[in-house]
Amino acid sequence: MERLKIVIVGHVDHGKSTLIGRLFYDTDSLPESKIKEIKEVCEALGKEIEFGYVLDYLEEERKQGVTIDTTQSFFKTQKREYAIIDAPGHVEFLKNMITGASQAEAAILIVDAKEGIKEQTRRHAYILSMLGLKQVIVVINKMDLVDYSKERFQEVKKELLEFLKTISIEPKYIIPISAKNGDFIAKKSENLSWYDGPTVLEALDSFEKIKELDEKPFRLPVQDVYNFDKRVIVGRIASGVISKGDEIKIYPSGEVTKIKSVEKYGREIDKASAGESIGLTTEDKVFVDRGDIISKKDEKQPIVTKEINAHIFWMDKEPYKEGERLLFKCATQEVMCEMKIKRVIDSATLETLDKKIIENRNVADVVIKTEKPVVVESFNEIPPLGRFVLQRQDTCAGGIITGDGCDNNSN
Amino acid sequence: MDHLDALENESIFIIREAYRKFHKIGMLWSVGKDSTTLLWLVRKAFFGRVPFPVIYIDTGLHFKEMYEFRDWCVKKWNLNLIISKNYEEAEKLGIGPKDKLKCCTIRKTEALKKTIEEHKFDALLLGIRRDEHGVRAKERVFSPRNKDFYWDYKNQPPELWDQFKTQKESEQHIRVHPLLHWTELDIWKYIKREKLPVNPLYFAKNGKRYRSLGCMPCTKPIDSNAKTVDEIIEEIKTSKIAERSGRAQDKEEAHAMQKLRALGYM
Repeated sequence: MERLKIVIVGHVDHGKSTLIGRLFYDTDSLPESKIKEIKEVCEALGKEIEFGYVLDYLEEERKQGVTIDTTQSFFKTQKREYAIIDAPGHVEFLKNMITGASQAEAAILIVDAKEGIKEQTRRHAYILSMLGLKQVIVVINKMDLVDYSKERFQEVKKELLEFLKTISIEPKYIIPISAKNGDFIAKKSENLSWYDGPTVLEALDSFEKIKELDEKPFRLPVQDVYNFDKRVIVGRIASGVISKGDEIKIYPSGEVTKIKSVEKYGREIDKASAGESIGLTTEDKVFVDRGDIISKKDEKQPIVTKEINAHIFWMDKEPYKEGERLLFKCATQEVMCEMKIKRVIDSATLETLDKKIIENRNVADVVIKTEKPVVVESFNEIPPLGRFVLQRQDTCAGGIITGDGCDNNSN
Repeated sequence: MDHLDALENESIFIIREAYRKFHKIGMLWSVGKDSTTLLWLVRKAFFGRVPFPVIYIDTGLHFKEMYEFRDWCVKKWNLNLIISKNYEEAEKLGIGPKDKLKCCTIRKTEALKKTIEEHKFDALLLGIRRDEHGVRAKERVFSPRNKDFYWDYKNQPPELWDQFKTQKESEQHIRVHPLLHWTELDIWKYIKREKLPVNPLYFAKNGKRYRSLGCMPCTKPIDSNAKTVDEIIEEIKTSKIAERSGRAQDKEEAHAMQKLRALGYM
């Protein structure tokens, strides 16, 4: 059975955890012991049964009623299985939200019908847009608190659509729901008889798995080279297809050779495509190591550059000032870099800030100058080579390569 | 690429990252279905080899079938086995299964601490999965622990786009979780597809089978008639009983697993 990864994002308290708990409950995906445990915990805390507790596992989360870290769990419908990622809505835990959202293939943005758009609604939507998530459902939750009012729904919907347009998100569906009461999650409901769209589950089932990477030019970021009983280049194919006999070019050296074999343990295979972890042997002895990128000679070649135009989001308490050196990691490449700041944006208001310093939760347009040439792509072309992270001791920013990637294409 | 292929490819990528990035790496092998699947994936990643030691934490309280299965695999796959143990100390202090939190900590966590210290491991592969337990659902693929094994789950490093935490700070070791994205059902389907050897305790005898393996006093079998891998797959598809329902240490008190893990439990 196919599995699709979905992230649920939105402002704190708008009901992400409750929606997920409801999805599990309504699809009969909760173990009996779990339901019992939730009842017991709720009783111990002197609260009504809260579906939100299905996912809030940490002691602190239950005490404070706030999700701290991303949780992944699974449920299934007739069509497929879902890995659902609950991303924290509290501003403090933005880096955890980004960690969750970066793994998703589709997203649900949840908005409280009463409160409407709030700070994290805007910030999370913006991050979805930056991450390139195209399959988005908006749910307007807590309809029970506004008497299931069609007028209120229309009002919030209008406001949302105007905002989402400015960040190039076109939601596939906008659904009124009550996660607490189960309206329009798994089944339609009389409470919302004026709404004739799909339920959340129907909307999710209409999404497709993204498969287009097979059709892009071949790129293999070299992960390692093994010399057990013969020399094998290993890595996971970022895009495209490779077959025995193909002519390849190795970057940055520019060396050219032919594929002698494509291998997995215990068998030679004819060809392999995007997402596969493979081994390659070559006709000629070539110099190759981790961080090199392999392309096919007869296909479009990658960009080789020391200057990259990028859009980054900063997720470290310590701000960035020009002049600091950071580690740039893109696929298996690692090289030191510096950044020139072009524009800094407040991710909550989307306003441009007049400053030359990137602070926690800011988004910025930058030029990244690497100390050695790197092999990259525009994020829109080949996402695995168009996205990167920047590290100090830990990852402090993530980013995507915009436009044609660079100012001085030295390829 | 089907679903099991996708899982396998991702896991192999993670295993190869860990192998390349750390100097001294080992893997924890409980001889259960998950870590045996992990061992199989390691063999695939390195074309039939297991190029690092495999650590078995012996609590002194395991089933004899576990020891037998372990020794059989060690021979068959030519494994470099390290036995990690601290149960003599537990027995000397009279700490047993009556106090589950203490017993798990001294027999497993403390044993592993000694082994890490002795062999200077900087990274360990573990076969934990997100769907096993809610607290494990919050793990990262590469997860740092300090020398006291403390898991700072509130302040975990971001992990995006297969870029992991590979710069270890001093005194830390990194736990690597190549099976984090698998479910129990995936494991059994994969075992079937790859025809992996399985510990006989998993199969039903007299209407009972073990769904998760651990120490004898704290692991109870479930009611089941599943005598083959196929029958186990069918059972899990329809079951509403949690996988670790037979594991006493998870249930002692609310948040027991969280407390155990904060103390360094696997």
